[in-house]
Amino acid sequence: MAFDLHMALVIVAAAVATYATSIGGYILVTTMKRIPPRMEAALAAVPAAVLTTLVAPAFFIGSWDSKLALLVALLVGLRVSHTWMLIAAWLVVMGWRHTIGM
Amino acid sequence: MSRADFFDGLRGGSAVALASAPFGALFGALAVDNGMSLAETTFMSATVYAGASQMVGIELFGHNVQAWLIVASILAVNFRHVLYSAALAPYIKHFSPIQKFFTFFLLVDPQFAETVKRGEAGQPVTFVWYLGFGIIIYVPWVLVSLLGGMLGSYIGDPKSIGLDILLPAYFLGIVLDFRHRDNFLPVAAVSAVAAVIAYHYVGSPWHVSLGAAAGIILAALFPPPPHEQELESDLHEV
Repeated sequence: MAFDLHMALVIVAAAVATYATSIGGYILVTTMKRIPPRMEAALAAVPAAVLTTLVAPAFFIGSWDSKLALLVALLVGLRVSHTWMLIAAWLVVMGWRHTIGM
Repeated sequence: MSRADFFDGLRGGSAVALASAPFGALFGALAVDNGMSLAETTFMSATVYAGASQMVGIELFGHNVQAWLIVASILAVNFRHVLYSAALAPYIKHFSPIQKFFTFFLLVDPQFAETVKRGEAGQPVTFVWYLGFGIIIYVPWVLVSLLGGMLGSYIGDPKSIGLDILLPAYFLGIVLDFRHRDNFLPVAAVSAVAAVIAYHYVGSPWHVSLGAAAGIILAALFPPPPHEQELESDLHEV
């Protein structure tokens, strides 16, 4: 049960950053009254933009089993919940690796 | 009255706790797999307490990324919380400062969605209700991630049991949750293309910030929508 000081500090910083976002909007509206539409559009786009950058390399640069798994997960995700996406992606890579190989 | 509110919150939150349990366990297992200790994993769940950004954190820990960039990425993924707390403001104005402190700490996606739903339906949004709803999600989340971490330490090669695909698939799921927002497709497409280009020519981890910046700038450049952005119930996990 090692507790690395550096890691702990990063986690605390991450917690503070998260808390800042959770209180930030409240402070923003109580002081600014209204968020400008363009700023709101930019803020609204932040999570999707960031998360896309984490998926895109895994898809475009990843192995063929990962490509297929993510494609299947995408199709599944358009219809049903996250849990099924994970199950579908997992089944595809496991199926691939145990038939075609790693 | 207040006791009934508390139990009402517990009841509503328990459904969310159940739905998010697999993701908490997955976080624990992947965190340990990415080199975090059980203590660090549990500490992260207890302090950061936001599923998607915890996943982003461990993804980047695994890649030996500089600390400030990890924190910046977590900040970015949690940016939706800025909009949540802005939208929540009218319903929690009557909370005391200490109550507000805990309110913001417990503010995760389903907590936001349910609070706004309750407020809009004209039901009283009391702090005890909010606390009941939040605590029944928070405590299991921390415990389940510890449990997942304990299971994760028995896992050998993550690739042989297909663990490596779960993180990108999880992120893809959250990206899809935002698909009903304005300009979703152009933002996602531009971010994806920019990220892949940056990955090739600048290298990891810069593809995250450069790709995201491209998408965000694009969103700001689009003509503002005539209607209010629909914020509610984008996401359903912690």
